[in-house]
Amino acid sequence: MLNRIAPLKETPSQTGGPYVHIGLVPSFSELHVFQDGDLGATMLTPETKGERIVVTTNVYDGSGLPLIDAVVEVWQADADGLHVAAMSPRSNSAPAFTGWGRQATDTSGQVRFETIKPGRVSGPDGKPMAPHLTLWIAARGINTGLHTRLYFDDERDANAGDFVLNRIMDPRRRQTLIAARDTQGGMPHYHLNIRLQGDDETVFFDI
Amino acid sequence: MTDPVILPGEQGAYYPRDRDWHPPAFTADYKSSILRSPKHALISMGQTASELAGPTFGHVKLGALDNDLIRNYSQDGTEAIGQRLIVYGQVLDENARPVPHTLVEFWQANAGGRYRHKREGYLAPLDPNFGGCGRAITDENGYYHFRTIKPGAYPWPNRGNDWRPAHIHFSIFGHAFTQRLITQMYFEGDPMIWQCPIVGGVPNPEGIEQLTARLDRHNTTPMDALAYRFDIVLRGRRSTLFENKLEGN
Repeated sequence: MLNRIAPLKETPSQTGGPYVHIGLVPSFSELHVFQDGDLGATMLTPETKGERIVVTTNVYDGSGLPLIDAVVEVWQADADGLHVAAMSPRSNSAPAFTGWGRQATDTSGQVRFETIKPGRVSGPDGKPMAPHLTLWIAARGINTGLHTRLYFDDERDANAGDFVLNRIMDPRRRQTLIAARDTQGGMPHYHLNIRLQGDDETVFFDI
Repeated sequence: MTDPVILPGEQGAYYPRDRDWHPPAFTADYKSSILRSPKHALISMGQTASELAGPTFGHVKLGALDNDLIRNYSQDGTEAIGQRLIVYGQVLDENARPVPHTLVEFWQANAGGRYRHKREGYLAPLDPNFGGCGRAITDENGYYHFRTIKPGAYPWPNRGNDWRPAHIHFSIFGHAFTQRLITQMYFEGDPMIWQCPIVGGVPNPEGIEQLTARLDRHNTTPMDALAYRFDIVLRGRRSTLFENKLEGN
């Protein structure tokens, strides 16, 4: 039957707690259990195609204080706008590019990813979406992981036609997803502040 | 003949997340949520290729002890202190189909209820041979398993005298970024479950039961370890109508 009612319910989400680092970025807590270090620590290899960029985001709570105990994950397309996604027992998702990164926030609430500028991914309306990163945030006090996106402020035309940005009725709220470009150590650098509450609360998605 | 290549987006989208089944972002009794819960409604959007794809971990080489918390942080060959457990279960989707080859990560306090973390302030002793994290990849039928010790309950300053029930944190990826889930497993019969403000955020008692692992006498290791079963359900996919498969997929 088409669209039958699902027989099971999703396992309820629970907070990752104050020590989400122990499980997801153990070396950040000086916990050296796994030989290869933390998963998601490196997204690039020398063979990765695409423009190298640095992305930083700072995460703040409703009182403006940084979240120093959060984990942020990035999921993104490669330079051709394709996700490394093939699922199989032997899948090697990343000979050259993982598309996935994971970092813990530092004492200023910041995470930093060295990655590539993603290409344009086809949207559900058949038109390409603007280049973007998908972000996911877990921390103490966050009962269900928060999904958001990071867009690039030097992609003005693409952003204007983006399917997802245009779902956000209030154009001021769209701005909460657009990272500002400058340079950092000679590299293009994009920065976005993520605010969980407040006048400029970040747009989060129900996907 | 080669297998058909199914691209993200060519299959049906995932069922919407039932937000009434999950704890609300703002849970007044869980104080940390007060300043960390968005106030605006989440924006609904169609699932795009960015959410229908997800990272895979076929390239991750798991160590032989990655799923053995009794031994994976041993400093001198001594095993971790505590009641020895096997925790296992099946990762399924809402259509009751197994989710094979997905990464499951887990972390927990030691037998005294203390985490190995520089900001941890509880006075229970650290166990020098217990780290508190592990990982596994589900097999072709969606099963994972690991060995550990039973974590202790511990106090936290939420309302001055709150205590967390014994629990193990789980992180699961699934096959699409929409399926990403972090949750916690509790132990059948623990009276602490029902007074915990984090557990209490789950609106339905059935949801709390779903987070409660069952003692499984059949899979105990005699003279060694008790077994608990904890199945995990990730979001399921709507079927796409195919002419040659009208019943769905």
